[in-house]
This record gives sequence, C-alpha cells and structure tokens, in this order.
Amino acid sequence: MTKDLFQAMSQSIIDGERDEAVRLAALALEQDIDPLDAITSGYLPGVNSVGSAFACGDAFLPELVMAGEAMKAAMAVLEPVMKTNDTQLNIEGKVIIGTVEGDIHEIGKSLVGTMLMSSGFEVYDLGVNVPVADFIAKAEETGASLVGVSALLTTTMAKQKDLIDEVKKKNLPIKVMVGGAPVTREWVDKIGADGYAEDAFGAVEVARELIGKK
Amino acid sequence: METAIKPITNPKFSIKILSDRDIKDIHTATLDIIQNTGVRFPSERALQIWSAHGAEVDPDSQIVKAKPDLIESAIAKAPPRYILGARQPDLDMPLDGNHVFLGTDGCGVEVIDIHSGQRRMSQLSDVRDIARIADGTDDIAVNWVALSAQDKPVETRGLHEIKTVWENSSKHVQTESIYNAAEAEAAMRMALAVAGSENNLREKPVLSLMQCSASPLGHDGGSLDAALIAGEFGVPAGFMTMASCLTTGPATMAGTLAVGNAEVIAATALLQLANPGAPVFYAAAQTASDPRTGVYTGGGPEDFLFGAATNQLADFYDIPLSMGSFATGAKTPNWQAGIDNSLSTLMACAAISDMLLGVGFLHGSRIWSYAQMQLDCEIFAIIRKMLQGIEVNQETLALDAITSVGPGGNFLGEKHTRAHMRDLFIPKFMDRRPYNEWEDKGDNPPDWALEKARSILSDHEPLPLEPAISKELTGIIDSLEKDL
Repeated sequence: MTKDLFQAMSQSIIDGERDEAVRLAALALEQDIDPLDAITSGYLPGVNSVGSAFACGDAFLPELVMAGEAMKAAMAVLEPVMKTNDTQLNIEGKVIIGTVEGDIHEIGKSLVGTMLMSSGFEVYDLGVNVPVADFIAKAEETGASLVGVSALLTTTMAKQKDLIDEVKKKNLPIKVMVGGAPVTREWVDKIGADGYAEDAFGAVEVARELIGKK
Repeated sequence: METAIKPITNPKFSIKILSDRDIKDIHTATLDIIQNTGVRFPSERALQIWSAHGAEVDPDSQIVKAKPDLIESAIAKAPPRYILGARQPDLDMPLDGNHVFLGTDGCGVEVIDIHSGQRRMSQLSDVRDIARIADGTDDIAVNWVALSAQDKPVETRGLHEIKTVWENSSKHVQTESIYNAAEAEAAMRMALAVAGSENNLREKPVLSLMQCSASPLGHDGGSLDAALIAGEFGVPAGFMTMASCLTTGPATMAGTLAVGNAEVIAATALLQLANPGAPVFYAAAQTASDPRTGVYTGGGPEDFLFGAATNQLADFYDIPLSMGSFATGAKTPNWQAGIDNSLSTLMACAAISDMLLGVGFLHGSRIWSYAQMQLDCEIFAIIRKMLQGIEVNQETLALDAITSVGPGGNFLGEKHTRAHMRDLFIPKFMDRRPYNEWEDKGDNPPDWALEKARSILSDHEPLPLEPAISKELTGIIDSLEKDL
C-alpha cells in the first residue's frame, strides 16, 4: 500500500499535478507515514526523474517548473509536521533571492528560485524592487549564507554593487551571486561578486560551489 | 561622403499572414484581457489618468481594468501618420505606411572593440562611434541609441547618450534609455534646443522615445511617466512588447500576440487619454523562449512570423510600427546570424513595418559588432531590392535586344544591356571570387564588413551640431547632475 502511495507521489511530481501532490501528502499524514519517508521515497524520486529527463533533453522547462511547484506544495503540507516531530530535511543550504530596488523584472530571478528549490536548497524569494537592507535583514533572520540578486537594466545593475559593498563593510558571513541579462563576467569582477551564472542551471552549480554540501 | 538615407518605399508586393478574422479575434481577446484581467500601471500619474476616465483602478496592485469603448475611443485619437525629424531636413522620415526605415539596434551592454577586436563593457565613446558610422551608412535612417554609456552616472546616462548621438549624426534619434520623469523633462529641453522651437519639435520631432513593457501585462512606472511627458511636447513615444512564448507569454503564438497587444494598446490608450492626438507608435519584438532552457533565443520561425503579424495589428489600430528584427542569438557573424537576420527582416519588411530596429547586435541584442552592423545593412539592401519586384514593360521585355542577339550569342555587347546592367544588385559582402583567390587570402565577408565600418569611422564627417547647442545640452545635463 505504502509502496503504491510513494509511486503515486512520484508520479504527481512527474505530471506536475500540484493538487494531487498535496492530496497525497495529506493522505500520508492520515496514515501516519513518516513525512521524511514520504519525501525521500515518494516525492524526491519524481523530482530526480524529471531532472534526468530534463538533463538529456526529453523534458522541457515548464515540466521542471511544474514539478518544482508540486514539490513545494507537498512540502508545505509535510514540513510543519516534520518540525513538530523534530526531524530535519537534509537541505543543501539557504538562499535569499530577489530583484534589486528600482527594477521590476522577475522572470529570470524566479526561474533561479525554482531551480534552486528543486535542487534541494531552501529558497526565500523576496520578489522585485528589493532594497539592499531587506536582503541583509532576511539573510540575518534566516541564517542564509547566500544571496542571489538580479537586475535587468544597466541603470539598476549598480545596486548589486551596493549590496556587495554593504556585506563587505559590515563583514557579514554572506556570499553574493548576481545575474540578469546585462550582467557580464567583467561586471562581476568589477563589483567583486562571489559568483554569477548566465542562466538558472548555471546558478544552481554556482550555489553548490559557494555553499552546497560537498 | 554625403549623409543620406535609403528606405524601402513603394514596395511591389507585401505579405499578410493573418486573415481579417484572425485580427478581429486577437483584438477581441485583447479587449477582454484589458477589461477583465487588467494591466499593471505602477505610476501615480498613470493611475490618476485612468481613474479620471472611469477605468477601474486597484491602488494596491496598481492594476487597471478598462472597458472596450474607453480603449477604442482613445486609440482612435492617435495620428495615423506623422514625420520623425532629423537635424538635416532631407533625412526626415515620413511614417506613412509606404516606407520601411532601418535603424541600429539598441540598449546593448558590450561591444567588440572596433580596433582591438576584444569584447568589453560599452561606454560613451562607443555610442559616438556607432552614431558616426550609422550617419555614414545610407541604409540606416534612425539612430536607436545602440549601447549603454556605462561610464556615465545612471541618473543622466540616457541624456549623455542622446547628446552624443546628436553631435555625431544628423539622422533621427530614438532612445529606450529615458526611464523617469526627471530625465524625460531634461531630454525634452534638450530636444527643444536641437529643434530650435516648440513648434519645430512638434512638426518634426528630432527625438522619439521607446519604452519597454514588463511582460506579461505590466509596465515600468518611470517609463510611463517619461512617455507621458514626451506626449506633452509632441515627441513620439512607443511601447515595445517583448512577450515571449512559454515564459512571459502563453506557449501559443496567438496568445503571446494577444498579451503583447494588450500591453501596447492599453499604454497607447493611456497616452491618448493624457494628450489626445499625441504621436505614438506600436513597437514589438516578441519571440519564443527556448523550450528546454527558457532563454531568449533572438531568432527562429516564431520571431519571423511575429515580424509579419505585428504590422497587421498596428495597421488595424492605424498607428505606425517599429518592429524588432535582426537581433540574432549567434555569437559571431555566422550562418545562424545570416538566417535569423535575413528571415526576420524579410518578413517585417514585406509586411511594410514603418521602422526596423535594428542592425548590429550578436548574442540576442547584447554585444555590438561593427561587422554584423554592416552585414545587416547588406541584408536590408538585398530585401529592398527584392521588394522592388520585377518590372514588366516594353523596355524591360527587351524584344529588340533579343532579336538582335538571336539564338546563341550573348547580350554583353548590347546597348540595352549597358542601359540596364546597373539595375542588378551589387553585393558588398558576398564572396563571388574564384576559389583559389579565397584560398590564398583566407579572408571572409565579416572581415570586409569590419573594414568598411573602420573606413567610414575614419573618413565620414557628419554635419556638426552647432557648438552653442552642444553647450546648451551640456548645461542641461550638468544642472541635473548637480542635484544628484
């Protein structure tokens, strides 16, 4: 029975069916199944399956995003119970992401968030038009050691430097990775960012290098 | 070298890829989106205008929902035809539905240095060089500020850019880098200085503003404020949608056309509500994201179809169109660049888009290449020639010459041949040499294109801007920088 349930959980992720993933998570709790087992034996195999289909070009980006959304929804059901049970999910690390103040472009940043989340990071997405102080406050509040900051305009890109300067000035234990269409290797060197990638997949690699479990 | 422009005009054929019914359906869907889903206008001033005209405004989400008759009656006030002015009067551009004017592409961040060939961040001197070369390239009619002057303060960068272009080219100037009210006010004062009077600026605006929407269904507040200010001065403004199938638009092309259309039409209606009769244009560069990675592609059959479809929408609303073409995703001037830029430009030209923006970029409008700029101009020249079609009359049927030559023989010695041989297209950058000559020299068309750009830069003298006007422009920028 449990095996069938785990199979169905995996399938809900592969199909990107958020409602189904949530229904099965609730069912697992009703049946007193350990939430950590539901995740590692049920949902994660689905995530891995989509991930490998994606890696060899069989799955497309929307399938990856929908799998991520379904996973997130199932986690929202299971996590509160895990916290009361005192079990801990083995996460890669905590990451804060957002688009700089004065800039409302979010698609690239949101994709990075989805990719990080499906790769095992705990992601706090602060949205768009985020002041430097908010990035730092959230990092301090959550204990995140990596901040990913996006900008689409050459005029707002300068705020990435402001964040890095602030982190250095206060000597905070935070690494900063940057991204966005106008961001180039030269810009990254100039502002002294810890990492940068040209797309969401590269961003996961960079995050792993900077804070991931080796 | 004279400064001149060679647009496409009086085309002998055109294409229509959407039926009248298709256009009606897209229009109906657009009105449905604006009325029921709404479009985000994050500008106090814009929201007040909408509210004053009876649209439904949610102050928290800044989403506006407007009824079809409000949108349609506002759009009907937009002028169908007007002129974009140039410092040199014979370079004015009538946007009249019978011309296609070519421009440089805009807003890039890197450049392949014209001398060293190294890729680096763009600066103001690059804006200057590109303007000088565009001025000396007949195919180009409009300077869209090509690169970001990243060595200038962000608050006045857009102003330094337009000043530099005016100083180095007498052709029309368009910018997408005026993002807020303060910068827009200053830009209008600068345009007034160049035009000489408020009336001149209205009659033949030497500046136009392009503003990018924030797909799906949103706008940038500063861009809206800037466009509203332009309208007060009769300076044309256009909203560009870059809605992209799969990410910022639905996966289907019709859905992405509807989303982009709702952005452009809602913002255009806003400009007409604020300043009825102000010159506006439709601008678009829709694309399809790569399904595997979601990245911007800068080419592909979807882009080519969008290039033809959008002019039909702009025609339906009876406003000029500035269409994004070229903009290949290729990393060098290569096979991919040739295909992307030829097909996108053919489709947009054959649909008679009023402006085409534009030439010169690699890697999806990010890296400026002087070689690509000149190669793109050749693509435009080829298509211009194609759109002249085939002229059929007694003279071109050449019966006398045919009789004179008869079976066998050849036409090389005929007077008729001498009279018409220069009608045939002469490419600048196509390799028609003997194979062994290429083998010995090892050079290719991109090398010649780069040489061409270098020689224009060193030889071409643009019509200078009067020093007194330059000084006035500097003063306007200085006063804004003092307040920083």
